[in-house]
Amino acid sequence: MLRRLIGSVIVMWAVATLVFFMLRFVPGDPVAAMLADAGGPDEIAAMKRQLGLDRSLFVQYAIWFQNMLHGDLGASIYGSRAAVTDVLAEAIPRTLSLSLLAFVIALIIAVPAGILSATRRNSATDTTVSLLAFLGLSMPDFWLAILLIIVFAANLQWLPAIGYAPLADGLWPWLSHLILPAVAIGTAFSAIIARMIRSSLLEVLKSDYMRTARAKGLTPWMIMFGHALPNAMIPVITVIGIAFALLISGAVVVENVFAIKGLGRVLIEGILNRDYPVVQGAVLVVSAIFVFSNLIVDLLYGVIDPRIRLN
Amino acid sequence: MTDTTQNPETDPLPRRRSRFRATLVRDRKAQAGLAVLILFVIGAVFAPLLSPFDPNAMTLDMMSGLSWTHPLGTDDLGRDLLSRILHGTRVSLFIGISTVGIALAIGIALGLVAGYFGGWLDLLIMRYIDLQWAFPNFIIAVYLVAVFGTGLLNVIVALSLAFIDDFARVARSMTLSLREEQYVDAARTLGFSKGRTLFIHILPNAVAPIIVQATVSVSYAILGEASLSFLGLGVDAYTPTWGLILADGRGFITQAWWLGVFPGLAIMLVVLAINFVGDWLRDALDVRQAVGD
Repeated sequence: MLRRLIGSVIVMWAVATLVFFMLRFVPGDPVAAMLADAGGPDEIAAMKRQLGLDRSLFVQYAIWFQNMLHGDLGASIYGSRAAVTDVLAEAIPRTLSLSLLAFVIALIIAVPAGILSATRRNSATDTTVSLLAFLGLSMPDFWLAILLIIVFAANLQWLPAIGYAPLADGLWPWLSHLILPAVAIGTAFSAIIARMIRSSLLEVLKSDYMRTARAKGLTPWMIMFGHALPNAMIPVITVIGIAFALLISGAVVVENVFAIKGLGRVLIEGILNRDYPVVQGAVLVVSAIFVFSNLIVDLLYGVIDPRIRLN
Repeated sequence: MTDTTQNPETDPLPRRRSRFRATLVRDRKAQAGLAVLILFVIGAVFAPLLSPFDPNAMTLDMMSGLSWTHPLGTDDLGRDLLSRILHGTRVSLFIGISTVGIALAIGIALGLVAGYFGGWLDLLIMRYIDLQWAFPNFIIAVYLVAVFGTGLLNVIVALSLAFIDDFARVARSMTLSLREEQYVDAARTLGFSKGRTLFIHILPNAVAPIIVQATVSVSYAILGEASLSFLGLGVDAYTPTWGLILADGRGFITQAWWLGVFPGLAIMLVVLAINFVGDWLRDALDVRQAVGD
């Protein structure tokens, strides 16, 4: 447990270090690019001094690392020159709300679909679920997003096409802006989980204790929700950990379709504007979310399956 | 059962071939997938001949709907959508296949070396692979494009590097189990070099899971390229790619739905076809869940 935690911290340090040095090796001079029109060699040198870019790479790294530990990620070098931490603090709740809602919607679809196709194996229902899962896995999330906008925002006008409203504005404004992007992100995730639940449930339903449960005279409902499903969920949970990563990378793309200024949009805009401090900060936060969601899944796994805790 | 003419132990190739045929005949999804893939390959190869117009030629016939002259309509600059999608097929398939080819070569080399030699080399390689494994391939590709910049070559490099860990893991786990086989022991005892043992004796027997992984990866690479292009991190602003056509048309989807529908349909059909074929290969080659996505 402690070792796992230390491992996660080491991974984060490695990522931070890699990001720092890789961005320093970028071909081209970001300062020269920044001052493209306005700067002669003197201005460029002054700017570099101001940003500390004239010192040795390792001194820069030490300073950057120290600042990062104090929660200072520098300031944007583009447009408003806002502090990177402020930009990220505004973006994080958006991406997390979006991913969480996508997660919930995906489970609402996947759990019944998985149970249905496992209990009615090889029926028309099973085939339909399997085909829909294939479609869900093959549809690019940004395309699904565009289709949803065409149908539900442009034609039916049920939901807003773009933007974000914080939860403080009320539950419905918040939810209504998130439903379409969450469905776009959650679909592929839901397909993976439904397939996983199906195969895992089929495995469990074959086991001896299922026969015992039936012999005891338990109702099918009790057998499914009391015995079969909890056991079938164990392998599913590890996949949820992997698939959570899918939700975040989905959010990175889909936020750009719906003009939601979450981590994904901040990251992509940063790249397009060559705003390195912002890119660096966004990469760090996105990476941290992956590392710690993996950690949480590992811990959850131990809670659900006592055999793993004992080992 | 008493077939003496064909001993499966000594004659595995015909057996494998008949298994391919037997599973394909039953698998309608795989048949459909193969047919769609063949159509797309033909479309890509003969794009200049099949396209009714120059994909970049602007006309005054802007955002006109589906017609005999423009079967899939035109975009906001009067460019023919069918011609643009056909040319986009070339980019998508080229990037999908070349990316996986590079990732496969590097990943397998790393996996074989790590699995066969063990020790500190294994530790070093696998620490890195595990680090990369913690992140989704697409996010790694975005990070790398942020560093290298956009453009055809950079997109291929970024996507290839992003997929290395998948192949390295498959190759390593296969090598670890094959290393203990008797015929590998025999090769070592006979004094064959390590390189020869690795490439002549171990690699061919690890091919099945690698083929399945490669098939799955091509579909992910195509999706990855489309996503990068859609975000403006792709090849360039002038080469028509499926992701870029969608990004260009995004602002006009309320007036011209075809701009939002057909390029995405092309992506979905290709990816779906590859997934169907991948599923069949997994079955035909008898590869269990050893392959991760």
